[in-house]
Amino acid sequence: MTDATLTPPRREIPEGPRQPAARPPARRRGWRDRSLIQLTLVRYREFLREPEAVFWVFVFPVLLAGGLGVAFRNRPAARQPVAVLSTAPGAAQLAAALRSDSSLTVRVLGDSEAARALRTGEVALVAVSAGAGAVSYRLDDTRPEARTARLLADGVVQRAAGRRDPVSTRDEQVRERGSRYIDFLIPGLLGMNLMGSGIWGIGFAVVDARKKKLLKRLIATPMRRAEYLASFLLSRLTMLCFEVGTLLGFGVLVFGVPARGSLAALVLICLVASLTFGAMGLLGASRVRTVEGASGLMNLMMLPMWVFSGVFFSSSNFPRAMQPFIQALPLTAVNNMLRANLLQGAALGTMWGEMGIAAAWLVLCFVVALKLFRWK
Amino acid sequence: MSLTIRGLRKSYPGVTAVDGIDLEVRTGECFGLLGPNGAGKTTTVEICEGLTAPDTGDVVVLGRRWTDHPRELRERLGIQLQETQLSEKLTVEETVRLFRSFFRAGRAVDEVIDLVQLDEKRAARVGGLSGGQKQRLALACALVGDPDLLFLDEPTTGLDPQARRQVWDLVERFRTTGRTVVLTTHYMDEAERLCDRVGIMDHGKLIALDTPRALIRARCAEHVVTFSTLPAGAIDIERLRAMEGVLDARPDDGGYQLDVAELHRAVPALLAFLAGRGIELSALETHSATLEDVFVSLTGRHLRDD
Repeated sequence: MTDATLTPPRREIPEGPRQPAARPPARRRGWRDRSLIQLTLVRYREFLREPEAVFWVFVFPVLLAGGLGVAFRNRPAARQPVAVLSTAPGAAQLAAALRSDSSLTVRVLGDSEAARALRTGEVALVAVSAGAGAVSYRLDDTRPEARTARLLADGVVQRAAGRRDPVSTRDEQVRERGSRYIDFLIPGLLGMNLMGSGIWGIGFAVVDARKKKLLKRLIATPMRRAEYLASFLLSRLTMLCFEVGTLLGFGVLVFGVPARGSLAALVLICLVASLTFGAMGLLGASRVRTVEGASGLMNLMMLPMWVFSGVFFSSSNFPRAMQPFIQALPLTAVNNMLRANLLQGAALGTMWGEMGIAAAWLVLCFVVALKLFRWK
Repeated sequence: MSLTIRGLRKSYPGVTAVDGIDLEVRTGECFGLLGPNGAGKTTTVEICEGLTAPDTGDVVVLGRRWTDHPRELRERLGIQLQETQLSEKLTVEETVRLFRSFFRAGRAVDEVIDLVQLDEKRAARVGGLSGGQKQRLALACALVGDPDLLFLDEPTTGLDPQARRQVWDLVERFRTTGRTVVLTTHYMDEAERLCDRVGIMDHGKLIALDTPRALIRARCAEHVVTFSTLPAGAIDIERLRAMEGVLDARPDDGGYQLDVAELHRAVPALLAFLAGRGIELSALETHSATLEDVFVSLTGRHLRDD
C-alpha cells in the first residue's frame, strides 16, 4: 500500500554551496515505513522475543487462575463428622439417632480416642449421652464447622426426642455461577495482569532504552518524541486483546466464569485500565537510569494495589478507616468495574465513579511523567 | 562552512567540560577532535548534535541554529554516539528500517546494509553481532538518512585492527561524495589517516588546530632516524648535526638518533658520510613523527595515560 500523500517533500532548507552529492529522489513510502508503525513493531518484537515476558504475561496468570480455581472450588455440602462417646450409658441409642440424619457422619469412640479426634479436627463435635433426656456436647466453638455440627446434631437429637417444629420449612437449592471464588478471582487476576503488563511493560522498556543510551540515540534522529511514547500505548492496546482474551477465555471455558456485561463496556474498561497503568509505568520510568532502580520503584507502586485492591480477596476485609484510601487506588477501581461488568452484568453508566478514579490517575500520571521525563 | 562554533562553554557541577572553543569545519572536509578521555570532545560534539544545550556560545550547523530549526537539522545529520547499544532483539534489517522510518528522505535500507557490508547478517539479531559489526550497524543507522554532515564519536574505540580499517573505509567512502565528517578519537593513527584537519583538545580547550602534517611539522621533526655503527661511538655528534637535512642529533642507546625534516635527503647524506669514513652501518631505522609526539610536546603527557 502506497499513498502519494506520504511522499515526503524534499528538504527545503536553503544552504550555501550544495555538494554535488548524488541524491536519489525520495521513494514513496508505504504504511509499514511510517515511524509510528516501525516503533510499534519494535515493541512487539522485543516482547515476543523475550520468552520470560511472554510467560509472565500469558502463561502465569492462567496457571495461577487454574491452581487457585481448583484449590478453592466449591464442594458439595460436606457431611459433618461427629463422635459419640462409647463409655456413656445410652451411647448406642444416641448414635442411632444421629445416624438417621444424612448430613452427619457418626463414629462411636472411647474416651481418649474421642478427645484426640476432637483435638485434631477429625470430628467437629463429641456428643455425650448424659442419661435419659440429657445430652452434652463437647466442641471448640471458635471453629465454624463445630458450630454447624452442633446445630445439626442438636436438631436431630431434639426431633428424635419428639420435638415438633411449629413452622414447616422447605429448601430451594440455588447454585448460581458468579458467586464462587473462581468467579471472584478471574476479574481480579485480569486487573492485576493489566496493571503488571502496563507498569512493567512500559517502565522496563523505557529504562532499559535509557540505560543503553538508545533513547539519546533516538532523539538524535528526527523521530517525533510523542510517537515513541505513542508506540508503547499502541502496542499495549493491541497486546491487551490477547492478554484479556487468554485469561478470560480460560476462565469462561474451563471454570464457566460468567461474562454477563456488554463486551464493548469490557473493552472500554480494559482500555482505560491499560492506559492508566501505562501512564503509571511511564511515570515510574521517567527519571530512573538503572533497571534495578526502576524495578524497586515499580514494585513500590504496585505493592499497595496487590495487597489492598481486592485481587485475591475482597478489599472490604480491610478496616473501614482504610476504605477511602483503598477505593482511591486505580486497581481497586478497575477490579470493581471488571467484577461489576463480568459478574453482575452492570452497565457502564453505573461505574462512572470508578471510571473517574482511573481517568484521574491516567491524567495525573501522564502529565507528571511528561514533565519529569528524561531522554538521556 | 558546515559547522561554526564561537565561544562555546559548558559546565557540569564540579567540572568545566568545554572551556571556550572556537572552531570552523568546512563543507566536504573530515575534521577530527583529538584528545584524551575527559578532554571535552564528546560534550562539544553533543552540543553540535543538538543533544546538549551550551551554557554560552554560538553554534551554527549547516547554516542553522538548534534553537530555530531543530527538526530540519536532525533530518540532515548522521549521528553515531559513543556507547549506544541498539536493541539486541532486533535484526540488522529491522534496526536499519526503524531508523530509516524517522527520516523524510534517505537511502534505501538494503543499499545501506550493503554499504556497511552487513548483507550476510541482514537477518541476524543485533545481540549476536561482533563489536565491529555492531559499529558498522551504528554507522548504517547514521547513514540511512543520507546526511550532509556525519558526527562520529570515537567510532573505532575497542575494535580490533581489521574492524577499525573497515570503519575507516566507510568514512572515506562517505567523504568521496563531498560531504562533511566530524569525528572524535583518541587514536592518533585514526586522525592522521582520516582527517584533513585536527583540533587537539585538553581540559576543555582547543590547544592546537591544523592539518595533521602541519601540526607535526610545527611541533616536531617530521622523521626520526635511528642507527648504529661498527665500530660503535666513532662519530662526533656535532658533525651529524651539520649534515644536510638534519635538525638535531643525539646519542641513543649506543647508536645515534637524528631528527630529520626530509628523509630522502638525509639518509643518502648519512650513507655517504659513513662510507667516506669507512664506518660500517649495523642498524638503520626510521619512523615518522606522529600526532602522539605532537600531543606529548604540547602537554607533556601521553594521550592514553590510563
